[in-house]
Amino acid sequence: MEQVLNYIGENMEMVYFLLLAILLGVEVISNVPAILHTPLMSGANAIHGVVVVGAIIVMLQASPDNYLALSVGFLAVLVGTLNVIGGFVVTDRMLEMFKKKPKKS
Amino acid sequence: MSLNILEICYLIASLTFILGLKMLSNPDSARKGNLIAAAGMLIAIIATITLYQDYDSGKLINYGLIFLGLIVGTVIGTIMAQRVQMTSMPQMVSFFNGMGGACAALIAIIEFQSHQHSTVTGFDGELLVMLLGLLIGSVSFSGSIIAYGKLEGKIQDKVLPMNQVINMAMLGAIIVLIIYQMVSGSDPIFFYALLVIALIYGVLFVMPIGGADMPVVISLLNSFTGMAAAFGGFLYGNKAMLTGGILVGSAGTILTILMCKAMNRSLTNVLLGAFGSAAPNGAKPASGDQSVREISITDAAVLLSYSQSVVIVPGYGLAVAQAQHICHELEKLLEEKGVEVNYAIHPVAGRMPGHMNVLLAEADVPYERMQEMEEINSKFTNTDVVVVIGANDVVNPAAKNDPSSPIYGMPILEVDQAKNVIILKRGMAAGYAGIENELFFYPKTRMLFGDAKATLQKLTAEVKEV
Repeated sequence: MEQVLNYIGENMEMVYFLLLAILLGVEVISNVPAILHTPLMSGANAIHGVVVVGAIIVMLQASPDNYLALSVGFLAVLVGTLNVIGGFVVTDRMLEMFKKKPKKS
Repeated sequence: MSLNILEICYLIASLTFILGLKMLSNPDSARKGNLIAAAGMLIAIIATITLYQDYDSGKLINYGLIFLGLIVGTVIGTIMAQRVQMTSMPQMVSFFNGMGGACAALIAIIEFQSHQHSTVTGFDGELLVMLLGLLIGSVSFSGSIIAYGKLEGKIQDKVLPMNQVINMAMLGAIIVLIIYQMVSGSDPIFFYALLVIALIYGVLFVMPIGGADMPVVISLLNSFTGMAAAFGGFLYGNKAMLTGGILVGSAGTILTILMCKAMNRSLTNVLLGAFGSAAPNGAKPASGDQSVREISITDAAVLLSYSQSVVIVPGYGLAVAQAQHICHELEKLLEEKGVEVNYAIHPVAGRMPGHMNVLLAEADVPYERMQEMEEINSKFTNTDVVVVIGANDVVNPAAKNDPSSPIYGMPILEVDQAKNVIILKRGMAAGYAGIENELFFYPKTRMLFGDAKATLQKLTAEVKEV
């Protein structure tokens, strides 16, 4: 138990960060019109693609002769990039349609 | 020095994610918000490659592989995202979400390899974060791929006998595996056992869920991947990953709850993989003496043409039949005849909340014409004709006046307040909730049977003649 508390104490900054970010996420999203739910989900989907940064860090830390880490890391970078790029492009395509059309009257 | 710059880059990236999400929740700024978040992502990626470690000439292979992965991923991702049809958007989102989950799980696997050599005594926080990242990433990956396959029609709905019991047992096994490793140290066998069980759990979790419910699951898996990314951020003390991951985790959860509310389901049902198989209790059985009245295409065309105001209620059926373009054509024709036409969008119309808006926007329907439920409900009393296209449960008055109905309490579009109702439907089959809709038997209701697209085409041709 003491060790658990120690671990939390050592990472207190992160824990604060975690809690504030959770509240921020709830706050930012709670006033969204239903019309934007799908684009929003898609945009959020692209943002969690930030996990690719972790994949890049893994690759940079791996020693060049650790082929297992290199190949798995390569795969991680690849799929992470798919998530980021695909997510942003799809969201942009959806939102493109929402642009105001010139009114004919 | 370079590490400080890196931290500042992460700070900027985090800010763009928050700003981007905020702007995405307003129709006017949404597109810009998406681009801002994308720019932040680019900054985070470039900064990590260039600043994370001083350039090490011994690691040329590593850099080469990173760039190769980035380039291949970019090319494939762009091509897939550009080619996908607007109606297939939900499964595309699900697929990309699965990729993010896979990425998080792969990171956990590599980190576990190097972690094995460390000798931590006592509580091993790093191991816990790794195990959770592996677990959530894998569930999100396999679940998303199944969701993708089901929406594409490549995988059929299947309910295993005792699916719920199996799911609970697997959940139990997952918890035991994690606690065991936390207490008695990590072990490759148990680590990979966790991976396998998590992958199977993801499959079984999504498998029994019906097509119309998939949005809730995709949204939930989306927030899972966000959490998995956040665990990765915790592992590396990486603030950009933390902010991005947690924002999506909490935002995705809220979005999931909003969807559940609109469909009148509880999140517990979703988590247990129970819905879709839930039997409707206490639904009014269809009584034989009630009969529906049909309307001919010609009569419908005349009725519409001589109305003051018409409201169109698009539903799942319109999305499936891909009838949004012809629907817009009908709307334009009526407008030319001086009829005021609006669209009433139920929060869960289509395959995902807001999906209907995207589909209509694709067909050039102006944003102002799409009205949300609260807005339009007060206007139905002044509406001459409501045209319901492929929607059922969202206009069922039982949600308001039959406490024994399974959908009682669900917010609905109050189309029964309008003067006339025309319902376009394939047949008399019940809607998703599996219950009878008394609206069909109202004296003011007329049915127009047939495929949504074909019927609308005929109707449009008739309106031209009037």
